[in-house]
Amino acid sequence: MELRQLTALELGAVIRRGEVSVAEAAQAALAAIEAEDGALNSFITVEGERALERAAQLQPGVKEAQSPLYGVPMALKDNICTKGIKTTCASKILGDFRPPYDATVVERLAAAGALGLGKLNLDEFAMGSTSETSWYGPTRNPWDPDRAPGGSSGGAAAAVAAGLSWYAVGSDTGGSIRQPAAHCGVTGIKPTYGTVSRYGLVAYASSLDQMGPVCRDAGDCAAVLDVLQGRDRRDATSLDGDYGHLLESLSGDVRGLRVGLPAECFGDGLDGQVRQAVLAAADVLKSRGAQLVELSLPALEYGVPAYYIIAAAEASSNLARFDGVKYGWRAQGYGDLSELYHKTRTQGFGLEVKRRILLGSFVLSAGYYEAYYRKALQVKAVIKGAFDEAFARCDLLLTPVAPATAPRLGESLGDPLEMYLGDVYTVPANLAGLPGLSMPCGFDRQGLPIGAQLIGPHFGEGRLLNAAYAFQQDTHYHKQTPKGGQRA
Amino acid sequence: MNWETVIGLETHVELATKSKIFCGCTTRFGGAPNTHCCPVCTGMPGALPVLNQAVLEYAVRAGVALNCHITRYSKFDRKNYFYPDLPKAYQISQLYLPIAVGGRVELSTPSGTVSVGIHELHMEEDAGKLVHDPWTDQTRADYNRCGVPLIEIVTQPDFRTADQVIAYLEQLKETLQYLGVSDCKMQEGSLRCDVNLSVRPLGSRELGTRTEMKNLNSFKAIARAIDYEARRQIELLEQGGRVVQETRRWDENKDATYAMRSKEDAQDYRYFPEPDLPPIELDEGWLARLRAAQPELAPAKRARYQADYGLPAYDCQMITSDRVLAQFFEGLVELGAPAKQAANWIMGEVLGALSARGMEPREMCLSAGTLARLIALVEEGKLNRNTAVKVFEAVFDQDGDVDAYVRAHGLEQVNDAGVVQAAVERAIQAHPQSVADFRGGKEKVFGFLVGQVMRELKGKADPKLVNTLLRQVLGGT
Repeated sequence: MELRQLTALELGAVIRRGEVSVAEAAQAALAAIEAEDGALNSFITVEGERALERAAQLQPGVKEAQSPLYGVPMALKDNICTKGIKTTCASKILGDFRPPYDATVVERLAAAGALGLGKLNLDEFAMGSTSETSWYGPTRNPWDPDRAPGGSSGGAAAAVAAGLSWYAVGSDTGGSIRQPAAHCGVTGIKPTYGTVSRYGLVAYASSLDQMGPVCRDAGDCAAVLDVLQGRDRRDATSLDGDYGHLLESLSGDVRGLRVGLPAECFGDGLDGQVRQAVLAAADVLKSRGAQLVELSLPALEYGVPAYYIIAAAEASSNLARFDGVKYGWRAQGYGDLSELYHKTRTQGFGLEVKRRILLGSFVLSAGYYEAYYRKALQVKAVIKGAFDEAFARCDLLLTPVAPATAPRLGESLGDPLEMYLGDVYTVPANLAGLPGLSMPCGFDRQGLPIGAQLIGPHFGEGRLLNAAYAFQQDTHYHKQTPKGGQRA
Repeated sequence: MNWETVIGLETHVELATKSKIFCGCTTRFGGAPNTHCCPVCTGMPGALPVLNQAVLEYAVRAGVALNCHITRYSKFDRKNYFYPDLPKAYQISQLYLPIAVGGRVELSTPSGTVSVGIHELHMEEDAGKLVHDPWTDQTRADYNRCGVPLIEIVTQPDFRTADQVIAYLEQLKETLQYLGVSDCKMQEGSLRCDVNLSVRPLGSRELGTRTEMKNLNSFKAIARAIDYEARRQIELLEQGGRVVQETRRWDENKDATYAMRSKEDAQDYRYFPEPDLPPIELDEGWLARLRAAQPELAPAKRARYQADYGLPAYDCQMITSDRVLAQFFEGLVELGAPAKQAANWIMGEVLGALSARGMEPREMCLSAGTLARLIALVEEGKLNRNTAVKVFEAVFDQDGDVDAYVRAHGLEQVNDAGVVQAAVERAIQAHPQSVADFRGGKEKVFGFLVGQVMRELKGKADPKLVNTLLRQVLGGT
């Protein structure tokens, strides 16, 4: 049995049946990482020994396991705190930081019998769309090593696509789960804001950040989200979605489902092949009984500027604590406190992070707050309102994830504005706090994956996952692997 | 020219909640450095604040007591600045929508009643403490105080004299202690005050340029700093100078203020709404229950004690100076002690015993029931006042049983006229010279003879009876 070809749920099933031991699964992943990740660079930290210890600890409980993911190896984006395990945010400034505590999601995964392989690469502090701003070097796209995997959860998408991990947990502030999932041909979901506790996620933009699964298909996403979701008293912004059981609710029945196609998401700036693939996805849903609704959402146009103001403003404050005083890396050769701050932050942060800190400090400064930050909050409210209206006419929206397929390495870094504009389809869901799912819906002529996005109303995760599940019943895009193979 | 001083106050008060404002760590004062800490209050990456509901309740109760409008939809904001005692590099505070606004308090001062407007009251977290180690020449951070809840109370510029400021602070302290929301100990930093002061020609309606004074650690320092700073500004203006808007530091040893930073150097705190905490939406029912449960404050108690019990103003002031004492007094009266007797015992023996032991009223073990019983025994003539004081001393520390003690030590008052008569006669026989002196006109000797009779009866006799009988015998009638 080629374990790496299985979905997380399939692997969980063979582990529970005793056909494969937890250690065998872990060893298969560790061997693959050892052999292939040198080139891919999807992991920052691999915890091989710890993984095998954990496998031995989990094995006796296999028979009584409640969770369908029991014993299945996985990995975490390296901005999620893990007690005693290096958590870098792909930044030099965190140095050898080992958090004294586990994130809530880590506790929940552990309780469900998850086995952690290590920590995944990302854009520094999750700021970027290509995973190239990492202090630990860029991650490569498994479909084409000269291309970026997308970002910022590029390590997560690449590792899952390459079969190095059965699933991963990423974070999404403006598209950081959905866009790399699209570029790597995997399925990912950013849940409704508040669904997954942010306690232990190193904050980029607190009002937009949300963690979620990066998986091989919609079923795995449902199973992982079942574990992650739920109110946490340590996160005051967490909510009780009251989803019931997402995995069990997947029926594939989309009859009568009204799928909205916002005209603004299929206009200028969108690659023709991507447009074609996404519209074809709409037709697949239609063929299963869904109803297509054409509508207009002109407010989305203001999403990118509002997003970069809000996200940068919050980031400038969230990242102020990295000052060399308490933990992480400290610059050498400072004469006084001011110099300690100055040198540490100048040398410790990368260019893109510094750009956003400066932008954020500027928009919050006296005299500019009203013109920028306040206005951006108003735009956020307008976008929220526009979605509310749209969801009166349809049950979910179908859009592209990104204007084009994965860019070549280095291509985006020279033109940050162009890179920011690439977030046009994904940031609105973050601004409105809505769930957004990314699923593979085709390939371009170069063989690069294309992603389609489903956006739902608050707590509409079940609806999104079921639509994706239905789509994946009739399509094979999610089963393609970068090496030209196809999963069963 | 005649000048008028205009003063406004910003007072930081530490709330007496058991745990910190955004995490479960203890607020206890002291402790080895960095032992009252967790990932939240040390600003670890990924840690998130959760509002302690007790902090909200205490802040609202303080706002109600200061006659503020309570904000039904309030928010926290981040105040951003770098300093090693602030581990997140921002303080969670309230700028745009503070929990309480627009209050007013009336002060009675020797020169009349003063009305002071409360601009706002908001919640925020305290910062840590930096300790310089001269041995290693290193500065170390202690985060035990990080996240201790504070309220900041900002007044309107309604004060004109240092006396008014002190009267306000005394009343504020008393109010907050009565509410139980703060212990207001200045020496532990649980009440800190910044003074904004400007001067203007008397009669002018425009405000002058103000300075802000920090590092005022006692009421005495506040009064002296106000006097110093007003004089400094007036002298400056009279010499044709100009007051610079700046922050000044009070140096207690030098008795002077020094410029710390000018307005031009003022930091831009880049305030913005705290995204980690949802807005606070107050429930009307909750607020109504909280208002109903507000304790009666000192001024109301004073008025009531005067009206209901006819106590002198001085007594009322003394008894209500501490909420626990006032409750103790009310307990005594409820148990039947005459109000004046209860007041006398509190002002005399109780405060004396506390002061001798260096204790606060809230640390007192003695119950109202015990003292009420003692007062009753005196009232019933079963114990004389002096003996009662001895019993009081004996039962004070452990709230002992008055009746058992009196029985065990045979202290019941001797009211039997025959017994007293016999003792009087024995005393007269034993001290013929004194008797002769008395009869010769030395009235003072009478006291000595009373003492002798009391000694005969081990101090337990009813003093009135001794007096009467001794006078009868000596008078020869």
